Amino acid sequence: MRERPAARPHPLVELTRARLLEFVREPEAVFWVFVFPVLLALALGIAFRTKPPDRLRAVVVGGTPAAARVAVLLAGAPDLEVTVLDPAAAARALRTSRADVLVDAGPERQDAPLAVTYRYDLTRAEGRAARLAVDDALERALGRRDRLAAREEPVTAPGTRYIDFLIPGLVGLNLMGSGMWGLGFAVVQARTRKLLKRFAATPMRRSHYLLSFIFSRLVGLVLEVAVVVGFGWVLFGVAVRGSVFALAAVAFVGSLAFAGIGLLVAARPRTVEGVSGLMNLVQLPMWLASGSFFSYERFPAAVRPLIRALPLTALNDALRAVINDGAPLAATAHELLVMALWGALSFALALKLFRWQ
Amino acid sequence: MADTGGGRRPAPGQGVAARCTGLVKRYEDVTAVAGLDLAVAPGECFGLLGPNGAGKTTTMEVLEGLTRPDEGVVEVLGCRWGSGRDHELRERLGVQLQETQLGEKLTVEETLRLFASFFTRSRPVGEVIATVELEEKRRARVGKLSGGQKQRLALACALVSDPDLLFLDEPTTGLDPQARLRVWDVVERFRARGGTVLLTTHSMEEATRLCDRVAIMDHGRILTLGRPDALVAALGADQIVEFRAQGEVARERLAGLPGVGGAIRAGDAWQLSVRRIDEALPALLAELERSGVALESLATHQATLEDVFVSLTGRALRDA
Repeated sequence: MRERPAARPHPLVELTRARLLEFVREPEAVFWVFVFPVLLALALGIAFRTKPPDRLRAVVVGGTPAAARVAVLLAGAPDLEVTVLDPAAAARALRTSRADVLVDAGPERQDAPLAVTYRYDLTRAEGRAARLAVDDALERALGRRDRLAAREEPVTAPGTRYIDFLIPGLVGLNLMGSGMWGLGFAVVQARTRKLLKRFAATPMRRSHYLLSFIFSRLVGLVLEVAVVVGFGWVLFGVAVRGSVFALAAVAFVGSLAFAGIGLLVAARPRTVEGVSGLMNLVQLPMWLASGSFFSYERFPAAVRPLIRALPLTALNDALRAVINDGAPLAATAHELLVMALWGALSFALALKLFRWQ
Repeated sequence: MADTGGGRRPAPGQGVAARCTGLVKRYEDVTAVAGLDLAVAPGECFGLLGPNGAGKTTTMEVLEGLTRPDEGVVEVLGCRWGSGRDHELRERLGVQLQETQLGEKLTVEETLRLFASFFTRSRPVGEVIATVELEEKRRARVGKLSGGQKQRLALACALVSDPDLLFLDEPTTGLDPQARLRVWDVVERFRARGGTVLLTTHSMEEATRLCDRVAIMDHGRILTLGRPDALVAALGADQIVEFRAQGEVARERLAGLPGVGGAIRAGDAWQLSVRRIDEALPALLAELERSGVALESLATHQATLEDVFVSLTGRALRDA
């Protein structure tokens, strides 16, 4: 007795279903995909939470009457935290970044005008700022008259905080990680267990097998993006300023790109160890350079075009444009194209190189 | 192709289910198959028998279209691999590989549904589960099954397409006797429906029980081929006498004893093919006593395929 062809489930549907069932029944995978990014966001969100700006730390090198005078002059400065330490302790404080600037008034001679030496690390922004603040406070205390009328308007609107920068980056990282690890391990495991060979002995279309991974990723990505974005919204008030449709479209294309790259990386290795090494090799540069945790503008201008050509950079940029800037989908066309190219080329190459046994 | 409705399978004796001629397969420095010819008739159960490394699995994989041969012609159900009809051909084959581990997180039913979906026409999953007697494990995950149950599931995956030709690579290796019997039962029922089976085994018992014909293989070649009982009969012996003895005995003298057909020696161990045990045994004991050789142990058994292998290679199958 044979079933009527009409009752036959489509192999692509069955393969995708099997893939999802296997994923959901693997508690570790669920942890890494859903719990881990949330924990990471929580830790970083707390570490970089918005708080009143730190006061700059000035240390007066003590022991002389002049030092005592400087300390008195600085006492009223609002954004300075002033301590007086003996020379050895002051030097140590500067070395260990517990002081931003040392103010050394030297031995004061009777009736001579007050003279100070600033010691600070020129490469540290805090050092330069502290030096200016101390200088400004001393000048004012000594009677300088300001000629410019300046008013201050502090800005702490949502959208400019570190957590606003971070959440899209974490969404991007998560899509990359789950796309690559999720696919890579599953494929190589099936290869080591000779399951790929067994499938190759059936009339299963090979492209169906590979496509099922991509489809299962699409189901997974909805949840992954929702978890991280929802978490950022509830806990830190990180709003999605663009449309949900644009966010979904960007995440979709990004996910396809990494599914393709994941399949390519998993196309040949015979062992889980082998594929792990390759995965790390591919992902590490993007972890560092693609601006998930800090802006890639910090890298030299010469390498930035290379960084922008990376799929994770494109994904992060597009996600930030949609989430933080509320950009329409059309504004991310360039990034979408970069990701689509990565996905299509690596999928085509994976299909060609794939080792079934 | 005789593929019309009920009379789908070609009648036995008509055509060839699988054939290879001059098959050679080399892996780097090893020649796994060194010029092999065989033909499996429709409706037949054909066994490839031999020790590990004899080339059985390679031969199977070439016939299954998973491995390309270096030389030779391979024809399966009237098609050649790579002639553009591979997909159509795979629809008609059932394959059980030696070491496949099915996904452990899926249940028996889910696994079979998946495999069934690959075939244009497939048997209902419930029916196949009943065939391999896994009804109680229907919703159990593959990872929780015993070795025998996993093996029956692998068999079910091969049967779900209702194949014309079933390939079984060591279907019962590592199973306990009870589990083996259940696998044999499934294979016999498949045959009763007219299916053709090609299997490998290193169990002589399995070959004798299941196969119409066996090919005994060693080092990538077929040593002999025929019906199991005919191969045993060709030994010219009903009984095999095995004994161990300390000291020198001339092989020719033993082989020439009345009722003895041949003698093989491996160290202190001897094996005699015996036509008439009533004549051979007293003569052997007398000869040993005459030569002043001390007998350590002696056993006799009915000749089996195992003895055919020993007589052809001088080695026992299990330590070959």
